[in-house]
Amino acid sequence: MEYIVSILLSGIAVGGQYALIAIGYTMVYGILRLINFAHGDVFMVAGLMMVYLNAAGLPLLLTIPAVLVLTVVLGFVIERAAYKPLRSAPRMSVMISAIGVSYLLQNMATYVTGGLPQMYPTIPILSDSVPLLGSNPKVVVLVTPFLVAVLVFGLTMLIGHTKIGMAMRAVAKDFETSQLMGIKIDRVISMTFIIGSFLAAVGSMLYFTNYPSIVPLSGAMPGLKAFVAAVFGGIGSIPGAVIGAFLIGICENIIKGLPGMTVFSDAFTFALLIVVLVAKPTGLFGEKATDKV
Amino acid sequence: MKQNKSKKGLVIALIAIAALLAVVIVLENTLKPTSMLFTVLKKGAVYSLVAVSLNLLNGFTGLFSLGQAGFMLLGAYTYAILTVPTASRDTVYYLYGGSAVNFSLPELFGGGAAGLIVGVTLGLILAGLAAAFFAWLIGLPVLRLKSDYLAIATLGFAEIIRAVFQWDKLGPVTNGANMIKSFPTFTDFNIKDAGGQVVLRLSTFFPFLVAVICIGIIVLLIHSSYGRAFKAIREDEIAAEAMGIDLARHKMLSFCISAFFSGVGGALLAMYSNQVQAKLFTSALSYELLLIVVIGGIGSVTGSCLASFLYIAASEWWLRGLDEDPFVIGNIAISAPGFFRTGLRMVVFSVIIMVVVLFFRRGIMGDKELPNLFKPRKKSKQKEAAK
Repeated sequence: MEYIVSILLSGIAVGGQYALIAIGYTMVYGILRLINFAHGDVFMVAGLMMVYLNAAGLPLLLTIPAVLVLTVVLGFVIERAAYKPLRSAPRMSVMISAIGVSYLLQNMATYVTGGLPQMYPTIPILSDSVPLLGSNPKVVVLVTPFLVAVLVFGLTMLIGHTKIGMAMRAVAKDFETSQLMGIKIDRVISMTFIIGSFLAAVGSMLYFTNYPSIVPLSGAMPGLKAFVAAVFGGIGSIPGAVIGAFLIGICENIIKGLPGMTVFSDAFTFALLIVVLVAKPTGLFGEKATDKV
Repeated sequence: MKQNKSKKGLVIALIAIAALLAVVIVLENTLKPTSMLFTVLKKGAVYSLVAVSLNLLNGFTGLFSLGQAGFMLLGAYTYAILTVPTASRDTVYYLYGGSAVNFSLPELFGGGAAGLIVGVTLGLILAGLAAAFFAWLIGLPVLRLKSDYLAIATLGFAEIIRAVFQWDKLGPVTNGANMIKSFPTFTDFNIKDAGGQVVLRLSTFFPFLVAVICIGIIVLLIHSSYGRAFKAIREDEIAAEAMGIDLARHKMLSFCISAFFSGVGGALLAMYSNQVQAKLFTSALSYELLLIVVIGGIGSVTGSCLASFLYIAASEWWLRGLDEDPFVIGNIAISAPGFFRTGLRMVVFSVIIMVVVLFFRRGIMGDKELPNLFKPRKKSKQKEAAK
């Protein structure tokens, strides 16, 4: 019983952290039809920023907002420098550019850290353990689902009830027409990247608090899984991404808990993905693709 | 007339390739064998083959796959498992108390030079077949998907394969997460005299020969009626279907052939690095190959080859000086201990890649081939002569 509770709890926590990353993927894909391969690395860089700002002696109360702001700036700069010049290019070029950015961020991180794992600073309160139903989870595990719920609620309000949200929905529906209607596309796209990076930064704080250290490749696997979650839920749909992320987080932890199956925890995620794609190619909540001849 | 022209082109191409192979042999036997040049040439040849096979799928058929690392892994493991000498099996598989596969292809064919050549060739072909078989299996459900979804599904497939090969229940076959080594590598192709002295070095020639043969087959395929069908599918699936092209069959064919040559390339990569380990075949490898194909030009075979050599040379050789403190350029040595340290090379390299991606969108060659570059020049000369 305790075992099951602890597995479920950590599954929900990991799922929530994936959800925060997955939203960034799904929003960018919804608008630009671009798999932003660099998103997982933005997540990793946010973690490293936390490490270095903390090591520089900044108090925690300042570090956290600083990390959020810097990550948002990073996301904004990446979009302006690497994706905006390619707006009229074929989609493949933009995707390659994203792979290039991911490569650049990883190599920069290796250069800066010297390839050594960096200790992630402990955030008080979040890293404490509390007894619950016989297991001993960290506070972060319990906080994550609520924080995710609040953030997702805020985001849906933003998309559903503000001007910029309406613009986002319009751009996602039809890029060219919305441009003709006077929507400033570049601003909308920048906003998408800002929101995505912000959520990734929050996700990185929650995620890395659970892990002792961070290496330049730390972002690759969570990034990939979050993307799988986004595809799973139907890429372009925010509720889909969140539900997909929670499902994947929980399944992954259940597999990890089974004896002798730990190797397959990553593989299972991808197997699930292939099954879903084959059965329902646009994901659980994806919009129907219309083929125009 | 046209027939003559293409025949002439073929002859020129064959002469150029023969000259290239001859240059490789000469270089290898005159320069120091430890030179970085040979690392670049060997790895470049291997990457060329895999890049061209990816280009067949991505550039010529328009199927976007990110699973190439998985096919390479299958090829590398198949080759390694089948060719480790029986005598070394116990030491390689010491954790699992010996191997479940108790024969070795080169020994089956009588050992010695002949056994080595036949065994390794057969090993490479089987490596390709294993990759192609799994490509067929995964292709059945997955090839119905389009563009990004196909890419993600193949990427997922590669990750699954990687996990399966690290599973310790399969240890007696795959050696679990440990490396397999001691199988025949490129250096075994150096011809030695009775005293063990190397008489003729062929260790760089061998990967070149295999890559040239395989790329040659791919080029022939591209120029056949199948190749034209592939291109038709790339341009417009619906129109291609209306012209009577069986979409499912041709997509599967392209997918399996690409996987076959990636498998051979994976086996060569194993030979190059003297060992196989599943954790090396990550999705980063697939991204790297996709970068090479795009830098070379999507839909250009010679572009892919050129880009492979440039990519390997820049990342492994030309920028190496940046990793050590006194950065030497010509006669000048710049010392900045905090700045020139391990990792700077890759940062500079990725910046170069970003510049290429952003400013040369169509890659080095676009969709042209190397011989095409010479043609327009000839025409303008003829025009001038006519004037």
